[in-house]
Amino acid sequence: MVVDEWSEAEADRVFQALADVTRRDILARVIRQRQSVSALARHYPMSFAAVQKHVAVLERAALVTKERHGREQLVHANVTTLHRAARLLEAYEQLWRHRARGIEEILAEDQEEE
Amino acid sequence: MTVVSVHKDVEAMTLTLVAEFAASVERVWRVWEDPRQLERWWGPPGWPATFERHEFVVGGQSRYHMTGPDGQKSRGWWTITAIEAPHRLEFDDGFAGEDGEPLASPPPVHGIVTLEALGDRTRMTTVSKFADTAHLEQVLAMGAEEGMRLALGQIDEILAGTAD
Repeated sequence: MVVDEWSEAEADRVFQALADVTRRDILARVIRQRQSVSALARHYPMSFAAVQKHVAVLERAALVTKERHGREQLVHANVTTLHRAARLLEAYEQLWRHRARGIEEILAEDQEEE
Repeated sequence: MTVVSVHKDVEAMTLTLVAEFAASVERVWRVWEDPRQLERWWGPPGWPATFERHEFVVGGQSRYHMTGPDGQKSRGWWTITAIEAPHRLEFDDGFAGEDGEPLASPPPVHGIVTLEALGDRTRMTTVSKFADTAHLEQVLAMGAEEGMRLALGQIDEILAGTAD
């Protein structure tokens, strides 16, 4: 089961990593295309070292991995972890969607009685 | 469509759902107030709820159980922390033990329900607040046994939130 496979510490790292707007943006970029930290750094008004730090946070959360490609290291998204993060909140969302449908069904009965 | 929007805030650890219904605010309030109506929609799919107690006042206690496909029971409780009929309801919702009384862990999920009139329709906003990520994990892990885990790999939403 997905939830069991994921320790609390891992989940915390993922949610903390995703809580930052720059890191979400970095993640979105490397999902579209794997790229080097220096290529990523050109998109942000901050130092290379600061971008490097954000990538490291994403890496610790296993949201991205670095892969050597010739002389440079390319950052790419770890889709498995992304799937797990999405599922966690999604499961609770689905419960509330189900509840809203249930309320609607009860309300629809009023109209049938009129 | 009933559900207007869903917002997941991983920082604040809240899930906000906005839904609209073709009914008055007073009518929608009754689906929360009347335990016979509440129990028809509260449980996850395949787990109908039964409210044995439902004191719809500030400080009031509710006790309920949900019955699974094999007859197994999952028990829960509410404490109502705020009521402004028919517009606002706040409550804590937690798991209960075999005896029906609250379990110390995990802590309850705090729910805030707001109803607003939109002409002859009603907008219902529900906010579910978790203490932290570990709390959400724990609630979902326990909820998994009740068949709450309907969702499968829809990555689109989290990605939509990260793009642009």
